[in-house]
Amino acid sequence: MPTGRRTRSAALLDAANPKHFVSQSTNSTAGEPVIRLKDVHKTYFTGELDVKAVQGVTIDIHKGEFVALMGASGSGKSTMMNILGCLDRVTKGDYLLDGIDVSELDRDELADIRNEKIGFVFQGFNLLARTSALENVELPMLYSRHKTYDDREEKATKALELVGLGNRLDHTPNRLSGGQQQRVAIARALVNDPALILADEPTGNLDSKTSIEIMGVFQKLNEQGITIVMVTHELDIAQYTKRNIVMRDGRVVTDKLVTNRLMAEEELQKLKVASEAIQMIPS
Amino acid sequence: MRFFAAFRIAFRALLRNKMRAVLTMLGVIFGVGAVITTVSLGDGARVMVQQQIATMGENVMLIFAGDFRRGGVSFGSGSSSALTMEDVEAIRREVQGVRNVSPEVSTSRQIIAGGMNTSTSITGASPEYFAIRSWTLKDGAFFTDQDVTTAAKVAVIGATASKNLFEGGDAVGQVVRVSMGGSSGGGSIPFTIIGELNAKGASAGSFRDYDDCLIIPYTTAMKRLLNTTSLRGINLQTETMEVMPMVGTQLTNLLRQTHRISGGRPDDFTIRSQDELATAMSSTQETMQYLLGGVAIVSLLVGGIGIMNIMLVSVTERTREIGIRMALGARPRDVLLQFLIEAVTLSCTGGVLGIGLGMLASKILTQVKNWPTLTSPEAIMYSFAFSVIVGIFFGFYPARKAAQLDPIDALRYE
Repeated sequence: MPTGRRTRSAALLDAANPKHFVSQSTNSTAGEPVIRLKDVHKTYFTGELDVKAVQGVTIDIHKGEFVALMGASGSGKSTMMNILGCLDRVTKGDYLLDGIDVSELDRDELADIRNEKIGFVFQGFNLLARTSALENVELPMLYSRHKTYDDREEKATKALELVGLGNRLDHTPNRLSGGQQQRVAIARALVNDPALILADEPTGNLDSKTSIEIMGVFQKLNEQGITIVMVTHELDIAQYTKRNIVMRDGRVVTDKLVTNRLMAEEELQKLKVASEAIQMIPS
Repeated sequence: MRFFAAFRIAFRALLRNKMRAVLTMLGVIFGVGAVITTVSLGDGARVMVQQQIATMGENVMLIFAGDFRRGGVSFGSGSSSALTMEDVEAIRREVQGVRNVSPEVSTSRQIIAGGMNTSTSITGASPEYFAIRSWTLKDGAFFTDQDVTTAAKVAVIGATASKNLFEGGDAVGQVVRVSMGGSSGGGSIPFTIIGELNAKGASAGSFRDYDDCLIIPYTTAMKRLLNTTSLRGINLQTETMEVMPMVGTQLTNLLRQTHRISGGRPDDFTIRSQDELATAMSSTQETMQYLLGGVAIVSLLVGGIGIMNIMLVSVTERTREIGIRMALGARPRDVLLQFLIEAVTLSCTGGVLGIGLGMLASKILTQVKNWPTLTSPEAIMYSFAFSVIVGIFFGFYPARKAAQLDPIDALRYE
C-alpha cells in the first residue's frame, strides 16, 4: 500500500518543484542553505485593517547553524516562526526549505514537508496526554508518507535515549516534569531526521536551571550537525546559540554571531558550585 | 499499516472515555437490536407459514363449494352442495396441466379400537389424495382404485390417531369401528386399517393436527358414512407452479359451464391456490413488520445523531491534539480518517452489541411467548452494514470540521 502512495506523493512534490530531487544531493554540501528567505512578506487581511506582520525579510541559514530569532511581542517573530514551520504561507517573496520552494505548496504538501523536514518543539510541550513518551515520539513516523518505518519503536527509543530519557519510555506526560516533557518533545522533533529543528520559546515554561539543561540538549544536538532555529525573547537563553537575529516591526534589525557564547555544561557546573557554596555558609 | 494505526488511535480515544462511548452507542444498540428483533419475528412467522403451506403438499389447488366472497357473507366451505363427482370427472377429462385430482368429503367421528376410543377427522378421498397432500407411508399400503370402486371398508390412519388408539403398537391389520353419528341412531361400521402414515408434525402455532386423521375411500365415506352425493371440495395438484393461474382459469370456465352459471352471476365455488393462501397469511405480518421496522430505523437515526453530537464535542475538546498532529505532518485527510474511524467504531460496536441484544430478545420471545423467530445471517449482515453507514454518514461532518481546522489556530487553542 505505501508504495503507490509514496510515488504519487513524491511525484506531486517533484511537479510542484523540480528542485526537489536536486536538493537530495545539495543539502549535504555547506553551500546550499537549509533556509533561504528572499524578501518575505506576510500580511494578514483582517477586514478593514491589513496587518503587515513581516515586511521584507531576507535570511540564509546554513546546515549546522544554531540561530535564536528574537524580538519583543508584535515584532513578527511568531509569524516568522509559523512561516518557517510551513504552518503558514508567505504573502510575497520566496521561502526555500532544504532546496524546496514551499511558498507554492498546498495544504497536503505542506503537511508532508512539516513531517519530513521540520521537527517542532513548542513552549507548552504539546505532547498528547495519556499517551506514553514512546508513542508520542513515534507519532511523526505514523504520518510519514515517503518513508515507511519498520522499526518505529527502536527509532523512538534511540531518540529518547539521546535526550536522556531512556528509562522513562512508558511514562505518560502527567508523570513527567516540565523539563522531561520538553525532552520528550525534542526526541519527537528528532525522530524523523529533519533538516531543521524549530523551537518556539522552548524554555518559556521552565525554571532557569531546567532551561539551561534543555539548552544543553540543544547544544549537544547542534554539535552533531543538526540545524536549530529557536524563537525566544530571553536574552540569556539566546546566548547559548551561535547566531542571534533580532526583529522589530516585521523587519530584521540585528543579525550577528554570538561572541560570548554560554555553554550549558559549564553554566550548570557553576550553578552546582554556587549552591554548594550557599550550603556551606554557616547559618 | 496506516489504516491499522488509525484504528488503534481511534480505539484508544474511545477507551479514554468509556462511559461516554457506551452512552453514545446506546442509540445504535437499541436501534439495531430493534431491527434484528423485528426482522427475526417476521422471518420466523414467514418460515412458519411456509412450513404450513408445504405440509399441505406441492402445487396444490383447492376448490370449495360455495362462493366465500358473495355479498361479503362467508358461507363457510361446503355450505352449498354445488360440487359433485361429475365435476371431478370433467376436470380429469378437460383441464390441462393437472397431475392429480381427488374429491374430498370429510367429517369428524368417534372411532373405537379395543378398549380405546378417540374423536378424529375422517376424510374420504381417492388414492391420488395421498400424492397431492404428500403423505408417505410408515407401514402397510394406501388404498387403491379397486377399493374405491367396491367402496371397501378400509382405512389409512394418521400418526396421532394411531397413537391415540393403539398407543404405539402396530395399527396395520387392526380393525377400528367408526360410529355412525346421531342421525343414524347409533351403531358403527368396522374398518380394516391397511396403512399407517408418517407424521407430518404439527408445526408451531398450527391450527390443527394434520396427523389426527383417518383417510378412507370417498365412495365408502359418501355411501356408508355420510349418505351424500355432494363433495366438500376437490383437491388438485398441477404439474408445475407456473401453470397454476392457467389451470385456475380453465377450472373457472369449466365449472361455470357445467354448473350453468351465465353472464354476471357469481360463481358457486371458490378456487384457492397454495400461494394465495400463503399471501393472505403473511400480509398481516408484513404490515406489522414494516411498522416495527420504521420505528427501528427512526431509533437508528436518533442513535446516529447522538454519535454526531458526541463527535462534535470531541473535535472541539481535542482541537489542540488535532493541531499537534497537523504540525507533525498529519494531512487533513489523516485527521478526517481518524475521526471518521472513531465514529464508525462507535456505531459498529453499537451495531454488534445491538445484534447480540436483538438475538437475545428474539430467543426470549420464542421461549416465553412461543413466537417463532429466525435470525438470518442476511439480517445480521444488513444491520451491521447499516450501522457502518450510520457511522460514516453522521461522523463525516464532525470529521470534516476537524480536518479543516487551521493548524496554527488549533495549536493555540486552550
